[in-house]
Order: sequence, then C-alpha cells, then structure tokens
Amino acid sequence: MPQSQDGIEGNNGAELDAVIEVVGLSKRFGGNEVLRDIRFTARRGEVVCVIGPSGSGKSTLLRCVNLLETPTGGRVMFHGRDIQGAGFPLREYHARVGMVFQQFNLFNNMTVMRNCVEGQRKVLRRNRDDSEKVAMKYLAMVGMDGYRDAKPAQISGGQKQRVAIARALAMDPEVLLFDEPTSALDPETVGEVLSVMRNLASMGLTMIVVTHEMGFARDVASRVVFMEGGLIVEEDAPEVIFTNPKNARTREFLARVL
Amino acid sequence: MSAIPASFFGWVAFLLQKYGSLFLRGAWITLLVAISGTICGFVIGLLVAVARSLTVPARAGFLPRAGIRALRGALAVYVEVFRGTPMIVQAMVIYYGAAQYLGLNMNELAAAVLIVSINTGAYMAEIVRGGVMSVDTGQSEAARSIGMSHWQTMASVVLPQAIRNILPSVGNEFVVNIKDSSVLNVIAVSELFFMSKSAAGTYLRYFEVFFITGIIYLILTFTVTRLLRLLERKMDGPKHFTVFGSQSDSRAEITYVKEER
Ligand SMILES: Nc1ncnc2c1ncn2[C@@H]1O[C@H](COP(=O)(O)OP(=O)(O)OP(=O)(O)O)[C@@H](O)[C@H]1O
Ligand SMILES: [Mg+2]
Repeated sequence: MPQSQDGIEGNNGAELDAVIEVVGLSKRFGGNEVLRDIRFTARRGEVVCVIGPSGSGKSTLLRCVNLLETPTGGRVMFHGRDIQGAGFPLREYHARVGMVFQQFNLFNNMTVMRNCVEGQRKVLRRNRDDSEKVAMKYLAMVGMDGYRDAKPAQISGGQKQRVAIARALAMDPEVLLFDEPTSALDPETVGEVLSVMRNLASMGLTMIVVTHEMGFARDVASRVVFMEGGLIVEEDAPEVIFTNPKNARTREFLARVL
Repeated sequence: MSAIPASFFGWVAFLLQKYGSLFLRGAWITLLVAISGTICGFVIGLLVAVARSLTVPARAGFLPRAGIRALRGALAVYVEVFRGTPMIVQAMVIYYGAAQYLGLNMNELAAAVLIVSINTGAYMAEIVRGGVMSVDTGQSEAARSIGMSHWQTMASVVLPQAIRNILPSVGNEFVVNIKDSSVLNVIAVSELFFMSKSAAGTYLRYFEVFFITGIIYLILTFTVTRLLRLLERKMDGPKHFTVFGSQSDSRAEITYVKEER
C-alpha cells in the first residue's frame, strides 16, 4: 500500500506508530449523548474492528473520525496533530483517510472508471492518464477492471462495494474506514467483499472496520473494540474478546450474535 | 384575392394565405421568448438554488454571516413575489414602471424575455431545490470523504443528477412559457397571440383565426415535448456497456443490457 509520508504529520513523539488517535471523544445530538469519552489508537498496519449492538454509536464514531460529524468534545489526532486544530490541512486529511460506506454511495452519474478518477483529478490534481492508470490498478485488484464503462445502476451490490473500495484506494490513502461494508449485501456476495478486505489487511493497510462479521473480526483484526451505549466497554486482541471476554456485557452480546 | 370565402375551410385557407407570414412571425417570436426565457430562467434558478444551499460556516466572521443571511432573505422574497403574482401583472408593473419612473422605454421583445426569465427563475429555483434534494446525501458525503470541496461536489456529483431528475419539470416550464407568453400581448410584444388578434380584427373572423392559432400552439408544444424526451434519453447514456476481459475474469467482451425502468 502506498504511504506518502510527506506533508501533514507533525509527530509529537507521542506514540510513534500511531496513525489515528481518538482522545476523549464525545458527541451529542441535541440532548442525546451518543458517544462518551471514546479513546483508542490505530497504529500503522493495524486492523481495528469495532463491534457492538445497533445504536451503540459505531457509525457516529467513524463519522466523527472523518469529520462528517463534528465532535462535541475530545480530539481526533492524525499523526499527533489535532484534525480540528487551526491550520490543519483538512482536504489532504480527507484524501489520506478514505471511507467505505454501508450503502456504497457511488456517484451514480459516473461510470465505474470515472468514480475512481474524479477524486484523483479534482483533489490530488493528477492528470488524466495517471489517474486512469491508478484507477485501473485498483479496479483490477478488486476484480472490477472489466466493468470500467458500467454505471453503478448496472452492477450488483457486491460489485458496487468493490468499486467503492477501489475508489477509496485510488486516493492512495493511509487509512481506510469501513462502516458495515457488507451489511447491505446479499449473503452470497458478502464473501467477495470480505476477501478484498482480507487482501488489503494482508498488504498492511491501516483499517478501522465497523462490522457485524464476527468471523472477519476474529481472523483479521489486530484488536477488537466492543461498544455499547456510546461507550467502549472492552478492547482487546480478538483471541481474548472471542474466547475469554472480561466484561459480562461483551459476553452477552457475543452469545447473542455468534 | 377575389371573392369572400363562404365556408369554414374556405376562411381558413383564405386567412392562411393572407396572413401566413404574420402567423409565422408570431410563432417565431413566441418561440424565441419561450426559449430564451426558459434558458435564462433555468440559469437564474440554478444560481438561486446553489446560493441558498450555502451553509453559514461556523467559524465565519460577522460580515460573511450577515451577508449570507441577507442574500438568503432577498432570494426568498424574490421567489415568493414572482411565484405569487400573475405574469400579466408583472409585465404591466415592470414595463410601465420602467417607462414612468426610470424614463426607460424598453424594447418590447427585450422586456418580454426579461419578464419571462425572472418569472421562470422563481419557479426554477424551487424545482432545482427539489432536484438537489432528490440526490441522496450519501453521495455528497462520499465526495467529501475523498476531499472534494462543496463546489466540486455540487458541480460534478449533485447538479448533474439534479438536472437530469428535474428535466421533465423544466420541459413543463418551457411548454407553459410557450403558452403563457401570450399574456405579453398587453405590452404589445408581437408574439403569436398579438399577431392573431390583429389578423382577426380586419375581417372579424375570430373563430377561424384562433382555430389556426390554437393549432400552431399545439404544434409548437408537441414538438418541444418530443425534443425534450429525446434529450432525456440522450442524457441517460447507453443502455449497454461492455465488460472487457479482465485480469481476474478472463471472459471476453460481453454486452450487458440494462433492465428497463
Ligand atoms: N443525525 C443524528 N441526529 C440525532 N441522533 C442521531 C443522529 N445520528 C445518529 N443518531 C443517534 O445516535 C445513536 C447511535 O447511532 P449510530 O448510527 O452511530 O449507531 P450504530 O452503532 O452505527 O448502529 P447500527 O449498528 O444500527 O448501524 C442512535 O441512537 C441514533 O439514533
Ligand atoms: Mg451504523
């Protein structure tokens, strides 16, 4: 995975490998407190899986990390710099921290190819040839290069999600955030997306993955974070979480979903 | 031109022969006013809708915030006033107001295009706003998540889809403008209705003249509707796409057919 190292990191020597650090993050919608004092760190090359019941705030957490929501308290640090701090290069941050959505969110007016080219041209200012080359490389990686001229309405859900992953990869991100990338898919197509994600993990891409796929979390995660009611209840290695969780609520949740 | 015709068809043929060029000129002016008015109105509508989509940045200072708020207020007033009054009244107020208070004797055709444009703009602003809302916010969020700015997102993701979605309504406005530009005869624009009135006056054959006029309006609106349908189809792009042989999928080129909606 390409990891351009120039530009926005100003490593304060905190944790050398920390790419994203969430420090005391909270979020409220009106009077509704959805996230409370969230802390975790994603280090270079790690896959952090976030699990938990519906409504526990997992999506909101990812959206705060990507600033699709504005946190109401705490900080998100990227290589030691506060992403809401004055002078932080937000556009560059967005380019380097990609997001894959549950509903794919492909640009419906563009072909598969243009979906992967648009951001490179507009944000990274790459020329057309280079953008198309990069796009083709990642489309081939997710097995969608043959569909470059198709429109999103013409391909299946699993194919859309693979294109969405290629679109995110085409920006040469350092981190990818996944919000339940397989929850909107037919059971038969879940596997094709998960195998692309396993492949990315094995290549060393840093990933934060909200998922209900416990098998994926168990096999691929470096660490698993269990959330409930806006709090991180437990965080540990997958072997611990899935075989010997310390917290009773983690145990209850896993008993229900496994 | 000898005998006075006796039958309905005789009159129609007679009037067509005598006033054919008058009808044609009237139809041309009507079409000109409707086309320019609809296009200008569409541009106004786009600008108004995009301006109204501006959010007040949280960190902005007092002046930009007050500016954006004042702009929004002014645009809301514009939309309300021009949607809430008849175009015939707007024509009178603007045309005679300009003459009496600004000493401005507007060219009738220019006045007509101006009036239809700002009237249509008020409707289009609402139509475009609906079109923007019809594009799901997920796509804007995806654009934002790869670093695209508000303007880039609008220009390459939201507006192209919004415009495609509102094309039927835009066509509707166009048809309405072809018909409603007839009220501009009150400021003596030589459009189709105005020309017909003068043609009817000479022989007092109102029925026959306006029968012809009706047919001409129908031909105009029908043609325009068909052309717009064609444009819509063109904007939707090809129904087929080709799957190229891929490194991971060695099937040769296959053509898929998109299912009909
Ligand atoms: N824009 C919003 N306004 C108000 N409340 C919101 C908003 N977005 C989310 N919430 C609330 O925040 C809580 C957490 O939502 P969130 O979508 O983060 O949960 P989740 O863990 O992702 O659930 P799921 O597994 O169902 O996706 C929910 O109670 C939800 O109602
Ligand atoms: Mg969610």
